[in-house]
Amino acid sequence: MSNESKAYIHSATNILVHVPELVRYGSKCHREVEDSGESFLHALNKNLRSFKEVVSYPPNQAFIGNLNPDKLDKKSKPWFKNLLEGSSKEGVFGEILDQTTFYMLLKSADDFELFLLDSDFINSNNNYSPSAKKIFNEKFLNKGSKISAIEENIQLKGSLSIENKGELVGCFQSDHEKDESLDARILLENLSAKASGAFALNRMLVQDSIDPLSVEYIISCSEEAIGDRYNRGGGNLAKAIGEMVGCKNASGMDVKAFCAAPVYALIHAASLIQSKVVKNVVVVGGGSLAKLGMKAHFHMEKKMPVLEDLLGGVAFFLSSDGTAGTPYINLEIVGHHPIGSSSSPQEMIDSLVYKPLDKANLSVFDIDKFCVELHNPEITVPAGAGDVPLVNYKTIAALGVMKEKLTKEGIQDFILDKGMPGFSPTQGHIPAGVPYLGYAIKALKEGSFKRAMVVAKGSLFLGRMTRSADGVSVVVQV
Amino acid sequence: MDDRKVIIIGERDGIPGPTIAECLEASGREIVFQKTECFV
Repeated sequence: MSNESKAYIHSATNILVHVPELVRYGSKCHREVEDSGESFLHALNKNLRSFKEVVSYPPNQAFIGNLNPDKLDKKSKPWFKNLLEGSSKEGVFGEILDQTTFYMLLKSADDFELFLLDSDFINSNNNYSPSAKKIFNEKFLNKGSKISAIEENIQLKGSLSIENKGELVGCFQSDHEKDESLDARILLENLSAKASGAFALNRMLVQDSIDPLSVEYIISCSEEAIGDRYNRGGGNLAKAIGEMVGCKNASGMDVKAFCAAPVYALIHAASLIQSKVVKNVVVVGGGSLAKLGMKAHFHMEKKMPVLEDLLGGVAFFLSSDGTAGTPYINLEIVGHHPIGSSSSPQEMIDSLVYKPLDKANLSVFDIDKFCVELHNPEITVPAGAGDVPLVNYKTIAALGVMKEKLTKEGIQDFILDKGMPGFSPTQGHIPAGVPYLGYAIKALKEGSFKRAMVVAKGSLFLGRMTRSADGVSVVVQV
Repeated sequence: MDDRKVIIIGERDGIPGPTIAECLEASGREIVFQKTECFV
């Protein structure tokens, strides 16, 4: 492969947005509030974390680039009780944003005046993150509302109350009485994906001094269904995000593949570059409001704080420019899960790990790190969902033993060496291998890694169109 | 062979529903409900 035909990956950014008072609008919490009324909401509000607790939470520091995940298991557990004092909300390749700033971003993202925000709230806050403030829309922010108008809107139209520190500061309204796709909760979900995705993208552009006008193409891999009643998942959040960030010369589209979307997006981005359709591509994923508080019930039962209070976001920059030591997406080592294959864990790992490596005459020992689904186990284990990264690593190792590529005695060392503890919030597509890319790019550039393999899965069966699962993988290397 | 029917609840990262169903094919039992869940 000549240097000219490679798709180099230069930048990775991971962001988190702390939105404790939007947790109530996550899918599960919303249904619990409908069923149980105010008692659940009251309990929820008593178990939310402060911004300082969120910033100091070890997995969040790992997520934004300040704590290598390899060191995470050495930190005292439970992590939510052993916070890292003095932690910064700014990371080596990311940032943690507070709710106040996010409401300003949400208003800045809002072309259709769906979000009424108190003008006193808008005018009384300052000290915003520079990466966020850069994409504030002053024209939209000048259209603040009076609290009396907000209260009336909630009463007459049933709009969603939006609170900050226990006080009503806004409301979110539906846009059509007879279109479920334009219902307030759906639109809030969509706009949250847009605003958090835009923040991730802008943070990356600022972090690595990339001119937004130089971006040629954007692929969004977010989890939402933007559309109307005639096309409920029409999408193209990519262009909406690009518009908000000022990428006026870019076009774009969305990749939809459940949780595997980010890795598909990287592969498609690299393919566009290698085939010279464009010279560079940004891949961006905004957060999933629907997944906020998904396991809140379990966490509260076990006297834990509600840990699913964060929207996640990722952004990556790929281009045709690069030299010998620049990491690139190796399109000759891509794993697919064929339709005819079973969805058993062994079959999935065989399709996604062993087959593509065998085809490239490589072994699992030629990969320095496997970036599998990196859900934070402190979130998932109390809810009975297990330790997802560990299950994946054990399956890779166990299959290796069956194929006589490693010994049973070597399983633990393999997992320690090639794996890592999970550290990502359970935001669906966000944990799908890609949160580690910031660390991988650094290690590849420094020469301590030669190859990392990103492995993602998608739960297609949830959409009730197939009983099959899905997955995809790709190698990033120098 | 008893004529008990089967309900299958699979888990994506554990054993998915279709895989459990395949294992039960030979038993000849009727699978009345099959679903896979994903808890992440």
